[in-house]
Amino acid sequence: MGIEGIGARVARKEDKRFITGAGRYVDDMVVPGMKHAAFVRSPHAHADIKKIDTKKAEAMPGVIGVLTGKQLKADGIGNLICGWMIHSKDGSPMKMGAWSPLAVDRVRYVGDAVVVVVADTKGQARDAAEAVEITYKERKSVADAVDALAKGAPQLHPEADGNLIFDWGIGDEAATDAALKSAAHITRLNIVNNRLVPNAMEPRAALGHYDKAEDHYTCWTTSQNPHVARLVMSAFYNVAPENKLRVIAPDVGGGFGSKIYIYPEEIVCLWASKRTGVPVKWVADRTESFLTDAHGRDHHTTVEMGFDKNNRIVGLKVDTVANLGAYMSLFSSATPTYLYATLLSGQYNIPAIYGNVRTVYTNTAPVDAYRGAGRPEATFVLERTMEIAARELGVSPAELRRTNFITQFPHQTPVIMCYDAGNYGASLDAAMKQADYAGFAKRKAAAAKKGKLRGIGMSCYIEACGIAPSAAVGSLGAGVGLWESAEVRVNAVGTIEVLTGSHSHGQGHETTFAQLVNSRFGVPLDSVSIVHGDTDKVQMGMGTYGSRSGAVGMSAIVKALDKVEAKAKKIAAHLLEADEGDIVIENGQLKVAGTDKNVPWFQMALAAYTAHNLPQGMEPGLKETAFYDPSNFTFPAGCYICEVEIDPETGKTDIVQFVAADDFGNIINPMIVEGQVHGGIAQGVGQALLEGAVYDASGQLLTASYMDYTMPRADDLPSFQISTSNTPCPSNPLGIKGCGEAGAIGSPPAVINAITDALGHDNLTMPATPGKVWAALRAGTKH
Amino acid sequence: MSEVSLVVNGRKVSGAVEDRTLLVHFLREHLGLTGTHVGCDTSQCGACVVHVDGKAMKSCSMLAVQASGSTVTTIEGLANGADLHPVQAAFKEHHGLQCGFCTPGMIMTATDMIRRHPEGLDEATVRAELEGNICRCTGYHNIVKAILAASKTMSKASKSKAKKAA
Repeated sequence: MGIEGIGARVARKEDKRFITGAGRYVDDMVVPGMKHAAFVRSPHAHADIKKIDTKKAEAMPGVIGVLTGKQLKADGIGNLICGWMIHSKDGSPMKMGAWSPLAVDRVRYVGDAVVVVVADTKGQARDAAEAVEITYKERKSVADAVDALAKGAPQLHPEADGNLIFDWGIGDEAATDAALKSAAHITRLNIVNNRLVPNAMEPRAALGHYDKAEDHYTCWTTSQNPHVARLVMSAFYNVAPENKLRVIAPDVGGGFGSKIYIYPEEIVCLWASKRTGVPVKWVADRTESFLTDAHGRDHHTTVEMGFDKNNRIVGLKVDTVANLGAYMSLFSSATPTYLYATLLSGQYNIPAIYGNVRTVYTNTAPVDAYRGAGRPEATFVLERTMEIAARELGVSPAELRRTNFITQFPHQTPVIMCYDAGNYGASLDAAMKQADYAGFAKRKAAAAKKGKLRGIGMSCYIEACGIAPSAAVGSLGAGVGLWESAEVRVNAVGTIEVLTGSHSHGQGHETTFAQLVNSRFGVPLDSVSIVHGDTDKVQMGMGTYGSRSGAVGMSAIVKALDKVEAKAKKIAAHLLEADEGDIVIENGQLKVAGTDKNVPWFQMALAAYTAHNLPQGMEPGLKETAFYDPSNFTFPAGCYICEVEIDPETGKTDIVQFVAADDFGNIINPMIVEGQVHGGIAQGVGQALLEGAVYDASGQLLTASYMDYTMPRADDLPSFQISTSNTPCPSNPLGIKGCGEAGAIGSPPAVINAITDALGHDNLTMPATPGKVWAALRAGTKH
Repeated sequence: MSEVSLVVNGRKVSGAVEDRTLLVHFLREHLGLTGTHVGCDTSQCGACVVHVDGKAMKSCSMLAVQASGSTVTTIEGLANGADLHPVQAAFKEHHGLQCGFCTPGMIMTATDMIRRHPEGLDEATVRAELEGNICRCTGYHNIVKAILAASKTMSKASKSKAKKAA
């Protein structure tokens, strides 16, 4: 490790612009002639649109256009789609209901976009939006997924009988039933995984600009994957062909999954720009974000886990109902299936698993991947079950886990995944040591003396990142390949630009990707620039989500760097009159190994471009491209321990310590990895203690502002104690696994296991607010 | 429409604004100072914190006309030329930011917090005083660390200044 290379704790290159107010987010963009859009949204959860009267709005000051879904359809703009096909157990394809970017004859959730107003100023657009008169005929609505499956429930889409999108299964049901029949003990429970709102701090925004002279569109958008946005808007929404559409995702203020998807607003801004002849910008206010950003989680699950007389798991059966909201968002079908049920083996040797998942339409915002995406739900199911099983079996939670850990690799689970490397016992040991698990009883007694209830809980998670061989995901229904691209341009003076299809919205790629180049060529970080987020600059890419940018994005860069290195060595060998095989790259020089003969990196680069003295037949220049398609998922894993103190008078839970021991494989920049873990844990603790999207019986979102939805704040959280161990990932060249989601995946069950340990019973749902804990203290029976 | 006139980052500025214009929109849209961000519409998130007459203020909770006659410092005006303010430097050194969206508000809040606590800060105080600033990326861990470090640096600097003066 050099001082700037792989493994170094380097301060981030991108920070300077952010700490001086010079970041460039979509709302900061100004295009000459730019006007502002405001959307008229449905106030009803479910209604027919009887009439839209735009006359009054059109006459308002500053109004340029008031546009409806009918006009949008007339211009041939397509419906939004879900890009991952899932088939039900009976072989039938998922039932995708039509989702028009602007609703035409029916609205299906509060916030459904109906009309867009374009005006000179944002204020004028909003004033005019309020003057649009829409006559609705209300229908009965349903917000809860289990209720939506009931007989007689209001029906959302004619395509989906009984609101059922698909009824999907994974694993061997007969073998699992047989295993459970033979079990000495079965732990059963019902679990609700609460609905969350991602809440990236930058609200979604889009700026659409149609250039009439060029017949060309530009879209600035808050996207985690601008190339996918361009692909989908071209291929499915008929906005413009790819060569006529440039998508730019500049600085993006957090995503957490919610900015993967293509939403109605960016499509409408592009279309409205052509219609009105002016660039059109829309920026969500926070309530619009709450209403219309794709939400996360929202599962109802029943679990049965069987154990033999030696406390070894013999079988696991899981039945889940997942709420997908009013329409199928872009990857909504994959999240509760291949990102969830394939992780149901956890860190454990489970010979038989069967998972059944039914996905359901309801009159709520669409639900899709949110940090962790399926894996937090799987981890919560397993780690709550393991904890409760340990309590029922009268063994320590650590020992029950240890008894069942997978210790041999590779390990093929019964639910598709083949784990390639790990050491789960090492993470558990590290976490227990750091948490002084052995000293807990003393601390509990001391807390009791102060009148406080102390509890401790653990969670051993595994996740699958770096998703995954394109052919494999294609066979499972994905509409895209999940490779990544990279282009490395060495300039004539030796500085380097790396173009990547990954997108950084907080992850620090401008630093970590440059560290990789530094490690390879010894050039200073300042002479390496990372270019991303613009379809005109980077040819193609799949973006950033699923903790894939290190494992997949950087692997593509490695491949391109390999090619650059090979050519650079040829040039150097020629200049030094040496054998190509004897050239080594050290400290920014290409050297003949074992001699003092060398050519500096910049001189080699200059030679590539002057082309005065290149090897016979070599093309001038030094620029290489690579695509990397992973051969497997990566499998980060770890153990989290949470210790809480509860005030029985108020029900308030204080997290007194939180320990995370993760195995992310090799690490590029420990400082950045730690930051990712901190943020993930905060979101997981948020889910466990504070956050929950609540719809009332009429489908109104009661938690649509920061006054109503509890975001974790600084004084809700402790400082975290985190450490990492390392079993390098064998399937990618850097041996890295991904760290972006682990915190959000591993932490909720650790928190709830700790609280229920303190309570003495397991009757508690997330978020464990003081009110719920207070009530649980008075209602429960001790375990 | 109303006329407003104020000093922003040391420069006299004036303009005609709609009466309903918030200070944050005046800064962003009239002056092009887009470092101050809008993350919510209920004065909760703190991404828009600036200093008005030396005190931290959520610029979404004040009309531009109310700020007329005031001296305003935004994130763009915090550094001394090329030299970062110690709070800015600490956020970078301690990785107190990820996506950067809440960062300007965090830094302006932190600067004011340190000013109000010349005796120094502890973790509990920093966490309590960050109540009005929401970050979704960092879990606050490194923000707290950065503020504590900046507080130390600044108190050292002011002590050595005081010594020199004596």
